[in-house]
Amino acid sequence: MTDTLTPVLTDNWDADRAWTLASYEERGGYGALDKAFAMTPDDVIATVKDSGLRGRGGAGFPTGMKWGFIPQDNPRPKYLVVNADESEPGTCKDIPLMMASPHTLVEGVIVSSYAIRANTAFIYVRGEVLHVIRRLQRAVQEAYLAGHLGTNIHGSGYDLDLIVHAGAGAYICGEETALLEGLEGRRGQPRLRPPFPAVAGLYASPTVINNVESIASVPSIITNGAAWFAGMGTEKSNGFGIFSLSGHVTNPGQYEAPLGITLRELIDLAGGMREGHELKFWTPGGSSTPLLTPEHLDVPLDFESVGAAGSMLGTRALQLFDETTCVVRAVLRWTEFYKHESCGKCTPCREGTWWLTQTLARLEKGQGDEADLDLLLDQCDNILGRSFCALGDGATSPISSSIQHFRDEYLAHLTHGGCPFDPAASTAFAPVGAPA
Amino acid sequence: MSSESNGAGRLERAALDEKTWAELREIADRYPEKRSGLLPMLHLVQSVEGRITPEGIEACAEILGISAAEVNGVATFYTMYKRKPVGDYHVGVCTNTLCAVMGGDLIFERLKDHLDVGNDETTEDGKITLEHVECNAACDYAPVMMVNWEFMDNQTPESAVQVVDDLRAGREVHSTRGARLCTWREAERVLAGFPDDRADEGPAAGPASLAGLAIAREKGWTAGTESSKGESK
Repeated sequence: MTDTLTPVLTDNWDADRAWTLASYEERGGYGALDKAFAMTPDDVIATVKDSGLRGRGGAGFPTGMKWGFIPQDNPRPKYLVVNADESEPGTCKDIPLMMASPHTLVEGVIVSSYAIRANTAFIYVRGEVLHVIRRLQRAVQEAYLAGHLGTNIHGSGYDLDLIVHAGAGAYICGEETALLEGLEGRRGQPRLRPPFPAVAGLYASPTVINNVESIASVPSIITNGAAWFAGMGTEKSNGFGIFSLSGHVTNPGQYEAPLGITLRELIDLAGGMREGHELKFWTPGGSSTPLLTPEHLDVPLDFESVGAAGSMLGTRALQLFDETTCVVRAVLRWTEFYKHESCGKCTPCREGTWWLTQTLARLEKGQGDEADLDLLLDQCDNILGRSFCALGDGATSPISSSIQHFRDEYLAHLTHGGCPFDPAASTAFAPVGAPA
Repeated sequence: MSSESNGAGRLERAALDEKTWAELREIADRYPEKRSGLLPMLHLVQSVEGRITPEGIEACAEILGISAAEVNGVATFYTMYKRKPVGDYHVGVCTNTLCAVMGGDLIFERLKDHLDVGNDETTEDGKITLEHVECNAACDYAPVMMVNWEFMDNQTPESAVQVVDDLRAGREVHSTRGARLCTWREAERVLAGFPDDRADEGPAAGPASLAGLAIAREKGWTAGTESSKGESK
């Protein structure tokens, strides 16, 4: 029977000076390297495939399969790029991981690069996290000095260089091909696929792009075995993941658990919703995943079950809002975000996010009329599935799901002539028990 | 080229020095293809010039063998690159939905009022540039404020005012989950890939990051190891 919480990636975060090589090695860190080097690269890929690890950056694509797509007969260099551009609203797991234990990621990069036969790897980290970048830079420096990076690592004959690359502020660079553009020194706009990055990615060479948490999970899989990992989670969503609780919950924070835990269990662990209030709506995996309500509290948080409930597991970014929160205000703000972050490459997203914002802003002020809800849904129809990348799709999620679950609240803005909520009541510093 | 006066009332100047040119080339040489260095190179330009300047753009273009227009296209795409001079401290208040709801909107309004500036404007003393920012991946510490891209967690309007007052008065301020705050230009130099050797400051993790781990420790919950794996899920 698996325990309710299963700290693996978070397990050393409370260690003294956890970010240092000394602390990491004291707990067996970098032990996965020799085990991996004793295997063939193909066997490492097979182990990750067997574990059932699926991408932790939101899409949930099987990691080992992604690695297997790299054409090893292609004479060009292979590259591993870590997507550390954590920017999806609500998502806050990779940043604390890299802050507390950057060596977990570095060790994962080495094993993963060995598997796909890359001799150069990159960590593309968003620029807006100075201290995390300091810790990554230091970890990479320490790893070189200890012989975990560089030439002939651990006497294996395998060479790897790892470059920490700071971005400069662009949500779209979390999209893997836009990230590659940024890493090539260009405007971060997504590329047409095919060709997929596995065939023609960075510098038109075979490239794997994986999320921080995916790569950081690899050393534990090599150390403990595929069966250990697959023994946790649900049938098609194996293993553990970091669940990030934020908002109106008593103890927000990071909770590492097997996939399939429910929000009800997580809220219990986190001490319940804040005193005197109850859950109104939540995102299972960031703002791009359709909103859910208290009726979904017992949905197992795995890829299949959240999908069946009409949303997506995404990044397990559980943003919790209680009854003091105006859903229209929340959705408008997310929509303004997508408008700001649209890269401008394709028309449905570039123009559509502006239209959405205008229509929503009018409703939020209590102007317009009920037909504007249909207009919004029509606009969403013309963006969803018609945009160049998932940013446009994501922009429609909060709108269509909120109209589905909270149509009456939109109408209340019209009858009230504006927002019926007091924004002070929803704040973290509102007096306990303040009325909505 | 002549000196020009900037919005903060300071004088700034001219061509980049030799050291900066050498460091820009050094950045480009880190990568298999030089152009990959452009983002960190622009961070270095900001650390030296206090913003993206025409001189900085020309230097990047020359080193990378691309046009100034191409460099400009990149510099205008990313929000961290600033065309106007930035103060010693860039104060970013998260007003994305979760932080806004948790108090970010009120914090931003209070700071605008207290500092008498609008969004993306700098105080007259050149100390503080205020901007509302998007989600900075610290939602479990909402409402969040960033100073020179260091976390200031769990803010209130009062605590935020205290931070900017302390910074303007030259008092030492520490991130709630990081290092002693440096200047914006110093921060930009680290982003360009020139470490300032301060990785050891601050804790490994803040309290929210450890919330689940603390419960697991208390209950004795673990993920087990290879030898202890269970047969059933």
